[in-house]
Amino acid sequence: MTGEVHRSLMKQSVFTITENRALTESVFEMSLRGDTSAIAGPGQFVNIRLPGFYLRRPISVAKAEGDVLTLTFKSVGHGTEVMSKMQPGEELDILTGLGNGYDLPSAGECPLLLGGGVGVPPLLYLAAKLREKGLPVDVVLGFNTASEIFYRDEFEALGCRVEVTTADGSCGTKGFVTDAGLFREWHSYFYTCGPLQMLKAVYEKSSCDGEFSFEERMGCGFGACMGCSVKVRDGYKRICKDGPVLRKEEILWES
Amino acid sequence: MGELNRENDRLSVDLLGIRLDNPVIPASGTFGYGAEFAELYDINILGTFSFKGTTLHERYGNPLPRIAECTAGMINAVGLQNPGVSHVIAHELPAMKRYFHKPVMANVSGFSVEEYVKTCSLLDREEQVGWIELNISCPNVHGGGMSFGTDPAAASEVVRAVKESVRKPLIVKLTPNVTDIVSIAKAVEDAGADGISLINTLLGMRIDLKTRRPVIKNIMGGFSGPAVFPVALRMVWQVSHAVGIPVIGMGGISSAGDVLEMMMAGAAAVEIGSANLTDPFACKKIIEALPGVMDRYGIRTLRELSGK
Repeated sequence: MTGEVHRSLMKQSVFTITENRALTESVFEMSLRGDTSAIAGPGQFVNIRLPGFYLRRPISVAKAEGDVLTLTFKSVGHGTEVMSKMQPGEELDILTGLGNGYDLPSAGECPLLLGGGVGVPPLLYLAAKLREKGLPVDVVLGFNTASEIFYRDEFEALGCRVEVTTADGSCGTKGFVTDAGLFREWHSYFYTCGPLQMLKAVYEKSSCDGEFSFEERMGCGFGACMGCSVKVRDGYKRICKDGPVLRKEEILWES
Repeated sequence: MGELNRENDRLSVDLLGIRLDNPVIPASGTFGYGAEFAELYDINILGTFSFKGTTLHERYGNPLPRIAECTAGMINAVGLQNPGVSHVIAHELPAMKRYFHKPVMANVSGFSVEEYVKTCSLLDREEQVGWIELNISCPNVHGGGMSFGTDPAAASEVVRAVKESVRKPLIVKLTPNVTDIVSIAKAVEDAGADGISLINTLLGMRIDLKTRRPVIKNIMGGFSGPAVFPVALRMVWQVSHAVGIPVIGMGGISSAGDVLEMMMAGAAAVEIGSANLTDPFACKKIIEALPGVMDRYGIRTLRELSGK
């Protein structure tokens, strides 16, 4: 079982969109105003009710500060496409404070953050919190190609050491996050979020302990339906409630 | 307080000898053991709830993905994930007692008559269990579950065996995936069921256009949500007119109006499932909305709607 897990109570409230802008062709950054008090920290997610869709959309928190919530998402299906076209002033019914989030005390003296594609946003929130604690933070951001890169400047502005990798070599180091020079350097701990293939590569090649943030099709998003349960070493965990962050030593890659 | 009592009295119904403050019962598999919802509101406002389907042995359930979205509904293929009856009795029920203080409904599934009997008789001894809901209708497991609920003879056999081994009221949950729901309902009534709940989910599927493969790893799953409400209502009507025992109506209920329709179709109480997953406050909102909607249609008490 996880040691230090955030245990906040979830909350349902209405948020108002204040800004919705494209970061790349398919990645959007939505800023909203509302009650963020249930959000305990980075790695958590919110679950959004969209008009015309039955199930909510789980989206990771890219930032929560005061009454401002930032959600950065990729338009990958009908729901996120609708979200990408929403305008300032529109309101959304959102469940906040979902999931365990990253365990900050595990970071040690020099943590490494590894993000792939739309797995990058929750790491920006994490980097901000780790920098607040005065830690040096190294970041590897992996993308397919140069035009898909986003948030590099934001990580650098926080004072992180940043290395970008692209699969086609059009920018930064050619290859995946595990090909980065920073990945080979010593780190106390790692935090990662990205596509499953990337998570598996990090799991196999990493030389220190760390945490992985998972994505899964969810029913409720708050632990009631067992729609997203995965097997772990000592039983099972609901990605929405006991995750989405799992520690390296508890992960099983089946199921 | 006086006003609250009057409101409660308008909504209260009898379910097999136990008074419910209102007919709203979260359905099994959408409410866990209530803990997640107790974070949000006092779940003692519910009539009761039916806790996560319990089997004799622990079950992990089906591979992921288990969930697919549909127009006005969803498909699930969870596959009865639960920690097994011993764990439920040792851990879940004692924990539940701290935040839920009413009789609770124990939902039971199995893969053989013996398993059903053993699990039911263990839960029957638990003080807080007010009713046993026998799930002979789960579409997501092989070699059990729904296979009992699609054949009158098999349904009859398991109901008779369980009825002999329990003292609490026995409610049998039926599947809509049959050609003649009435013949199954009559069979379980004849076998000794004290009540019937219906409908479980409708077997359905979705295909991912990008991968050209079924969204659900198990290929098919149980379809639920507002889209199934008219089917459920029709079956509740048919069954409640054909049997003499109380019927709990469920399937796609998502508003106070839906609750009233179900009771007008003959339901003594209702279960609410998928709505809890998209809006965790759904049952609370429905209970609070009931008096106003009843006023609009000149309904003084819910008891006057239910014939049974």
